[in-house]
Amino acid sequence: MLMYRIARKKPLNATVTLMDIEAPMVAKKAEPGQFIILRVDEEGERIPLTIAGYDREKGLVTIIYQVVGATTVKLNAKNEGDYLQDFVGPLGNATETEGLKKVAVVGGGVGCAIALPVAQKLHAEGCEVHSVIGFRSKDIVILEDEFRACSDELKVMTDDGTHGEKGLVTDALDALIQAGNQYDEVIAIGPIIMMKFVCKTTEKYGIKTIVSMCPIMIDGTGMCGGCRLTVDGQTKFACVDGPDFDGSKVDFDEAISRGAIYKEFERHAYDEACNLFKKEVK
Amino acid sequence: MADMKMPRHAMPAQDPEVRSHNFNEVALGYTKEMAMEEATRCLGCPKMPCKNGCPVQINIPDFVAKVAEGDFEGAYEVIHRTSSLPAVCGRVCPQESQCEKYCVRGVKGEPVAIGRMERFVADWHNAHAKEASAKPVSNGHKVAIIGSGPAGLTCAGDLAKLGYQVTIFEALHKAGGVLVYGIPEFRLPKAIVQKEVDGLKALGVEICTNTVIGKTITIDELMGEKGFEAVFIGSGAGLPKFMNIPGENLQGVYSANEFLTRINLMKAYREGSDTPIKHSLKVAVVGGGNVAMDAARCAKRLGADVSIIYRRSEKELPARAEEVEHAKEEGIIFRTLTNPVAILGYNNPDDRRDPKNGSVCGIRCIKMELGEPDEKGRRRPIEVKDSEFDMEMDCVIMALGTNPNPLIKNTTKGLDVNNHGGIIVNEDALTSREGVYAGGDAVTGAATVILAMGAGKQAAASIDEYLKNK
Ligand SMILES: Cc1cc2nc3c(=O)[nH]c(=O)nc-3n(C[C@H](O)[C@H](O)[C@H](O)COP(=O)(O)OP(=O)(O)OC[C@H]3O[C@@H](n4cnc5c(N)ncnc54)[C@H](O)[C@@H]3O)c2cc1C
Ligand SMILES: Cc1cc2nc3c(=O)[nH]c(=O)nc-3n(C[C@H](O)[C@H](O)[C@H](O)COP(=O)(O)OP(=O)(O)OC[C@H]3O[C@@H](n4cnc5c(N)ncnc54)[C@H](O)[C@@H]3O)c2cc1C
Ligand code: FES
Repeated sequence: MLMYRIARKKPLNATVTLMDIEAPMVAKKAEPGQFIILRVDEEGERIPLTIAGYDREKGLVTIIYQVVGATTVKLNAKNEGDYLQDFVGPLGNATETEGLKKVAVVGGGVGCAIALPVAQKLHAEGCEVHSVIGFRSKDIVILEDEFRACSDELKVMTDDGTHGEKGLVTDALDALIQAGNQYDEVIAIGPIIMMKFVCKTTEKYGIKTIVSMCPIMIDGTGMCGGCRLTVDGQTKFACVDGPDFDGSKVDFDEAISRGAIYKEFERHAYDEACNLFKKEVK
Repeated sequence: MADMKMPRHAMPAQDPEVRSHNFNEVALGYTKEMAMEEATRCLGCPKMPCKNGCPVQINIPDFVAKVAEGDFEGAYEVIHRTSSLPAVCGRVCPQESQCEKYCVRGVKGEPVAIGRMERFVADWHNAHAKEASAKPVSNGHKVAIIGSGPAGLTCAGDLAKLGYQVTIFEALHKAGGVLVYGIPEFRLPKAIVQKEVDGLKALGVEICTNTVIGKTITIDELMGEKGFEAVFIGSGAGLPKFMNIPGENLQGVYSANEFLTRINLMKAYREGSDTPIKHSLKVAVVGGGNVAMDAARCAKRLGADVSIIYRRSEKELPARAEEVEHAKEEGIIFRTLTNPVAILGYNNPDDRRDPKNGSVCGIRCIKMELGEPDEKGRRRPIEVKDSEFDMEMDCVIMALGTNPNPLIKNTTKGLDVNNHGGIIVNEDALTSREGVYAGGDAVTGAATVILAMGAGKQAAASIDEYLKNK
């Protein structure tokens, strides 16, 4: 049987954690922009997480997740040396980087984990990379050093100004463009609302903007259609047609609405999972 | 001599009121006595019209005669000669349009209950047989099977018995294809599918779940570095169709595949399941096939009032007769000659943060009438002008059929497909690529379990022939 051992676990901030998972077949094929789907245990839900890095030789795939609900609570309860039930991938299409000479990469919150491998790939291919990463506050800033290492210019933004500059990622992006930077493309990854406003910003300047969409998924192979969204008036399946799309064509409001369908269930499941682990700790 | 007076034995079933609240199997199966009595209704016609109506040509009069004698293991052997999944097919085959359609007893009365006896025989075998299927001696040849639905399972089983070293690659975390993710527990208990899967493992078949061919590994890599000498593609037809009408992406609109996968594969119907499902009050299921019936009956079991919306008349419903009957008994409303034109969404203009905004609140339909027959001889539905009407709904499930998934085609050079996305094969199940065979829904588009099973058998025979002569 295939085994998906947790080779390393490292907290990045209070709610965001990195794990290296042993999955040689996935590591061999993984490309930036693709994702995996995992189940923590036999009864577990299938959840998608982006491939945040990989080591083909050691057969490792890195995931970075934020603890937001029941399944990520369960995942976070696993430790180095434990096994995950299922781990399938790489799914979705790799981010297209060919021919790009100068790109602004914009990451928001845990979205930075998804944006980092893309920035690294661009950098490795000789593209000039300007990164803008944004967080609510100083204590949840992640991956700053990693971004610095692969960016020709880096702007760190916090909503409250406790680290880097005070303001939104769109402020920094606007300033960079105003300063005369001519980008072939902007790649924005983060909360839907952030991506929507990045697109509004770049629209003014006519810069092509790629966003990475994270709808609710099950199979990740095009079988259920649960991940569908409207792009340019047409229905697309994010798991097979994406997850990257031209942001100017995405119906963000619909995506926000579809993402909220299980809100009540999720809140309840989250409380249950937290209670369970509190009990276990006692 | 056949008993001409005896009526067809009814299938014992859970009471409709009780079963519409649980997920246990609806049809309970014949007793030994019922099966033996029913078998005496068979005339044993020498021309065997029933056999010719069977897609895999089971020698039906022969097995029925053995049932009449009480030789159930003998009957099982007859069936098993041409069918690998009798416990499954006895439950899900559309017998009324296959074997039983041609039964001479059906001309004036009711046909012999062939399917019910098949199910009895298979269940009897599963309960009594001392499973000693020893691992065959390996012939050293490696064959890869893509997909673990009925086509893949059958092809794998036949090849393993011939000594091939068989590996099944399955995209999902569980083997069984539609049998586990689509068809609900109350129609096909998952333990039956698991038994088939375990049987293959006992034969030495390796099953690699969580492996998406075309993503995790390609067919070229399987045949190159991985050393497989032949490949069988049984990847099914999993891509759901939508109608492209307004409102289809509202919260609460599901494809039948999504709805059924949440329930069957992810067990969302169970209290405390990790996977969510919307518990709705009024559900519309659009479509009239087995998939629509399954979705409707699942929604019913989750506590909703359920309507089936179908654009043709009841006579044209493509679902198995028994499923339609069961659905009606369970209180599902059939709105035939009706077609949706839009799904209506809730929108509170005074409160943009109202959590109900963006979710389904109704469906707008138009009345239909039947016109001239189409190429297939089914009368074409036409809209009745100005007959639109609205119904209140909080969930809509689209069960409009599926197409083959393009993933494998897109990642395999030189693999030809037709304009519906079905893989093109010759009579030996060979595709346009040497050593690559295909069968089941991946070739035909959404069809039946028995056809997929038969295609898997054909491909196994062809692969054996090919590798023996290579
Ligand atoms: C392609 C893709 C890549 C992703 N990459 C990352 C990543 O690298 N790091 C990360 O922290 N998160 C990522 N996510 C989001 C992650 O999948 C969700 O946070 C996770 O499913 C939450 O599960 P939960 O049970 O802990 O929380 P829940 O309480 O169940 O959900 C919290 C929120 O997560 C979303 N969500 C819930 N279930 C699913 C599901 N099955 N599929 C998708 N979204 C869901 C919902 O919008 C919900 O509001 C990604 C999502 C997608 C689709
Ligand atoms: C809800 C429902 C009810 C039905 N009811 C009936 C019925 O009552 N009677 C009847 O005769 N028929 C019924 N059918 C139809 C029947 O189930 C199918 O015709 C049959 O299962 C097809 O078998 P298959 O082996 O070709 O494909 P499937 O059963 O679809 O199996 C294909 C498998 O391949 C896997 N796969 C796909 N792509 C890849 C890939 N790239 N890599 C690895 N694995 C892959 C899939 O995950 C799946 O497990 C029903 C179908 C549905 C959906
Ligand atoms: S996740 Fe099921 S189709 Fe995309």
